[in-house]
Amino acid sequence: MPRPRITLSVANPHRLPSTIAREDEHLLVAAAKRGDTAAFEELVNRYERKIFRLTMNITRNREDAEDAMQDAFLKSYSHLKDFDGNSRFYTWLVRIAANEALMRLRKRRPNQVSLDEPVAGEEDLMPREIEDWGPKPDQRFAQTEMRQILNGVIDKLEPDFRTVFVLRDIEELSTEETAKALGISIPAVKSRLLRARLKLRERLNRYFRGSAPN
Amino acid sequence: MNCDAVIREISSYIDGELDVTMKQELEFHLTSCKECTMVIDQTKMTVELFCNEELVELPPDVRSRLHQTLLRKIKEKAV
Repeated sequence: MPRPRITLSVANPHRLPSTIAREDEHLLVAAAKRGDTAAFEELVNRYERKIFRLTMNITRNREDAEDAMQDAFLKSYSHLKDFDGNSRFYTWLVRIAANEALMRLRKRRPNQVSLDEPVAGEEDLMPREIEDWGPKPDQRFAQTEMRQILNGVIDKLEPDFRTVFVLRDIEELSTEETAKALGISIPAVKSRLLRARLKLRERLNRYFRGSAPN
Repeated sequence: MNCDAVIREISSYIDGELDVTMKQELEFHLTSCKECTMVIDQTKMTVELFCNEELVELPPDVRSRLHQTLLRKIKEKAV
């Protein structure tokens, strides 16, 4: 069997042209499975930004996020033969990357991550702070300032809630895909997503309240 | 449906997962509850703000290390 051609470029800003249409991800995956590293590179180019955003959002640590991303792509390459094509490649990759990120988060904060625990308890969910934000409160902040605010509020979210929020609302996985990726039940995903959204709203309230026009 | 029940169903409502009866009950509550309406609108906006965050380019040093590492490891595997 001929040795696979190594063509993976080093940080090439001019991405390898692919003869395969963008929407035909399964063709890229099939080519990569046959040892076409250019096809694999196209998959890396396509998803590296999203995977880094994901690992950053879970770990909240750049070094860990970078390591998790590298290992996720390497594992996906090594285990391509195990990818059965029943889900999107991206969903499969997200699952690997989320687990790599969580492993690092558990090492760094062993007492704060308990994704295998059952659904959170029936604590009082009623928001304590409800104030008018006025129309389009986000437009009162510059883009950089807004990004800092969003980073700040998601940073303070408990890892269990943050991870579910990141997969569902930022990476737009379905509830079922999120449950499968994290190895938790669908009710657990729903419960944590609700709590994450309410907590984030409450924290954003501190920035947006009082800025409503009189 | 009271305020407590509305808050518990916010996520399902936002995601369009409530059945017709529950949705109607929730929306009927909203017609007379300003606080729940604000919480729902603001929770929707919270999700949208995070969803709409622009995907930024990888920092060049991070991208360089990623591709160098992948290249090296894939070469090692091929040898």
